[in-house]
Amino acid sequence: MTHEEIVTALREQFGDGFTTSEFRDNRRVVVPVERVYAVLKFLKERCGFDMLAELGGADYLHYPNAKDRYGVWYVLVNTTTGVRLIVKTFTNDPEPTVPSVFALWKGADWMEREVYDMYGVIFDGHPDLRRILMPEEFTSFPLRKDYPLRGRGERHNFPVITRPES
Amino acid sequence: MALGGLSESVMVTQLDKLANWVRKNSLWPMPFATACCGIELMATGASRHDIARFGAEAMRFSPRQCDLMIVAGRVAMKMLPVLQRIWLQMPEPKWCISMGACASSGGVFDTYAVVQGIDRFIPVDVYVPGCPPRPEQLLQAVIDLQAKIQHTGTITGKEFQEKHLWPHPPKPLAVELPPADKMVAPGDFASATRLQPNGKL
Repeated sequence: MTHEEIVTALREQFGDGFTTSEFRDNRRVVVPVERVYAVLKFLKERCGFDMLAELGGADYLHYPNAKDRYGVWYVLVNTTTGVRLIVKTFTNDPEPTVPSVFALWKGADWMEREVYDMYGVIFDGHPDLRRILMPEEFTSFPLRKDYPLRGRGERHNFPVITRPES
Repeated sequence: MALGGLSESVMVTQLDKLANWVRKNSLWPMPFATACCGIELMATGASRHDIARFGAEAMRFSPRQCDLMIVAGRVAMKMLPVLQRIWLQMPEPKWCISMGACASSGGVFDTYAVVQGIDRFIPVDVYVPGCPPRPEQLLQAVIDLQAKIQHTGTITGKEFQEKHLWPHPPKPLAVELPPADKMVAPGDFASATRLQPNGKL
């Protein structure tokens, strides 16, 4: 299945519920967050995208011409034909939520946890949505664009051991 | 004089100095090597630079057997409780060398994830600058530490009588900050890098 055939199949199924874009050889499908799970399920079951190669997030705060704050993108691979497709979706404060694709690709488990850890995007339906890199008691999401590069932070959240106490 | 013939085989000193002399020439390092400084630490222990010349060649990976902690490399925030626990597990008398820019000050890693100098959280005796330091610098740190050891410490260990165990309940390795301190500044306070009033993120 080529990209054109995939987009045609998506149009038949979802009508005008998505847009496409292209950058060099990256073919992208931009889907509203309400429909992203259905589109990904369709792509997996009907178009043979059996592998989720990447899942990542982005914060578009202060980004030129950005309408939404958080982006989540999926890079899908059809391991039979080698075709790759990028699916993007967007979500917003106060509770940025995206449906979890753990039910479709088990590999989404840790990738979704990482996006949650860094951006605070909640993956609805994830079986174990905990922080994966930062300590459990960390109180913010460090890759958000309004996270300070310097200043009061969480790094002081430890006791100080002095000579007489050690 | 009766003792005149013994002048070359008898030395008069203090027992404290004897204890310090013994301690300083038999340092057992705990190599807390987390980054590239650890490679230089290995080079210092290898034959070319040979830290054994200063009696500190017995690297042990059990803190119970060590009296010198060499923190070589950056310490991530998540690693700090481990560092503190290892430090607390080492028996007295013990010393600490902070090796390299990262361990001493955070170095180039001025980020949320890296401790900005281990001396904020555990005591440090000698700092070694460099990124990473040459083995000669680490050897100089060992020599300086030996000079320090020679001037401190007693044979009875009475300086440790001031040491106290933390009264129970045990001190937690992560303390709860007041909500005002959890707010991260600067930043866009309208959105979500501060705690909301209900305690949620």
